[in-house]
Amino acid sequence: MVEAETAASPAASAAPPKAAPAKPAHTGAVIAASDLSLTFQTADGPVQALADIDLAIHRGEFVSLIGPSGCGKTTLLRVIADLEQPTSGEISVNGVSPDAARRERSYGYVFQSAALYPWRTIAKNVALPLEIMGLPKAEQQKRVKKNLELVNLSGFERKFPWQLSGGMQQRASIARALAVEPDLLLMDEPFGALDEIVRDHLNEQLLQLWAKTNKTIVFVTHSIPEAVFLSSKIVVMSPRPGRIYDVIDCGLPRDRGLDIRETPEFLAIAHRVREGLRAGHSYED
Amino acid sequence: MSEIAEPGGGVGYAPRVWVQRIFAGQTGPVLVVVAALILIWYAGAIYLNAPQQIDRDRRAGIERNFIDFAAATYAQERPVLPAPHQVAAEIWKTTVEVKPTSKRSLIYHGWVTLSSTLTGFGIGTLLGIVLAIGIVSSRTLDKSLMPWIITSQTIPILAIAPMIVVVLGSLNVAPIWAKGTVSAYLAFFPVAVGMVKGLRSPDPMLLDLMRTYSASPTQTMWKLRLPAAMPFLFASLKVAIAISLVGAIVGEMPTGARAGLGARLLSGSYYGQTVQIWSALLVAAFMAAILVTIVGMADRMVLRRMGVKA
Repeated sequence: MVEAETAASPAASAAPPKAAPAKPAHTGAVIAASDLSLTFQTADGPVQALADIDLAIHRGEFVSLIGPSGCGKTTLLRVIADLEQPTSGEISVNGVSPDAARRERSYGYVFQSAALYPWRTIAKNVALPLEIMGLPKAEQQKRVKKNLELVNLSGFERKFPWQLSGGMQQRASIARALAVEPDLLLMDEPFGALDEIVRDHLNEQLLQLWAKTNKTIVFVTHSIPEAVFLSSKIVVMSPRPGRIYDVIDCGLPRDRGLDIRETPEFLAIAHRVREGLRAGHSYED
Repeated sequence: MSEIAEPGGGVGYAPRVWVQRIFAGQTGPVLVVVAALILIWYAGAIYLNAPQQIDRDRRAGIERNFIDFAAATYAQERPVLPAPHQVAAEIWKTTVEVKPTSKRSLIYHGWVTLSSTLTGFGIGTLLGIVLAIGIVSSRTLDKSLMPWIITSQTIPILAIAPMIVVVLGSLNVAPIWAKGTVSAYLAFFPVAVGMVKGLRSPDPMLLDLMRTYSASPTQTMWKLRLPAAMPFLFASLKVAIAISLVGAIVGEMPTGARAGLGARLLSGSYYGQTVQIWSALLVAAFMAAILVTIVGMADRMVLRRMGVKA
């Protein structure tokens, strides 16, 4: 499953048994990047945000990009979403360029904050991408209802965003991303601004959602427990310039609860992630 | 379940709060200021009309005490500064006692001015919005139009208004459109500037979101930029409606117009009818206040419908 390994191959402290959950047959990588680099031109001169990124993400995987701030994890996600253009290298999404994938609306994107439109009700917010896609009204309503149910927000259709708590707003934004019915979900620290209890709760819900829908999810985070708990694969990144330091296969059972965080397997993976982060992060400079 | 919204988080903005706001917040202080102004006005009327009155009394050989003298300064036919009650009486006479169709009715003149004001306001608002959309949508328009829009407002309106009215008049354009053009010339500016800012106000994240949906520029305009610009639009409209009225009055002054508050001001000053001038002036001010209030009400109504947090 791991197609991208960096030169610094870590000594695996945990070799988790390959659990073989029921997954659809491999139909090529959903996301494939090779030699990907991105340099921003800033007022202070060029800043290399991404360097030599090689990565393959397959259908049905839950991949976390983890690393300290400035390691380019959000930038990488934005490149996948065609919100940034790489300076060099190759990347394909669903077998086509990110631009073409975006035009086909083949992914849903969840931002760090809920980014709901304040003048639209929750239902109208979820319907926004459907309006843009030009779906018939009946289909819009069906999908809004279905996806609000999926994130446990039934009954809040007519509320405005400010009437909801932060966690509920973020769930609404997930429903909005799911309403497009993409096979690929790109999530940029979606729970970063929430308190730990709400975050745990949403992590569990997200995991259930993933199990239910079998979507491919790319998830940016800087929380080690969150990454280990959610992921089938963890990509550890290091800063200046942003590069992939380690790729870890998790192999925890697919229907896991929060309790799994106390198990030795979990802690072993978390340890390896932490080692990777520490080694990739030079504190000297 | 910690993320359930606070119970009753959205309710409680009852009419009672409104009433409280009017009485505790605004109306009281406004009334105090009005009372103070009227007092100063009465005192000023005595002071400014005194020389004329002293002169007249001396010629007639009249000796009076102060009370009598003050009363006399409030009763002159062409005072330097008419007293508030003289102006009030004139306004009453020219609005209530005279038929609205009469050439002496301030309602008639007010309506003439109002119709030009609203015409110009409508044209100016549309023009401002269209210009702003163009400027936000196209870099070329941004570079080429913006300097001209700003330059347009550096030309004194008093210099350009007569020319607009005379030129359009010689082209047989009806006065309402000629004066409306002057109003529109003033009104489009705050709308254009405010809307450019408003259309550019959405958070980059919200714009990114539209991009992930591969929304067309038109969709981004209608579904994101225009709704986000609404608060900016209404702030601009309040300025625009007030200067539309100024534009209409200025458009009526220099051209020998027979009707409108501007014409009334001008004829008043020709014949030294200070009471007439002041009543036209006050009616104009009153009209401006009402127009701005109406825009403010529309503002609140639209924003409330858009679910903006009260």
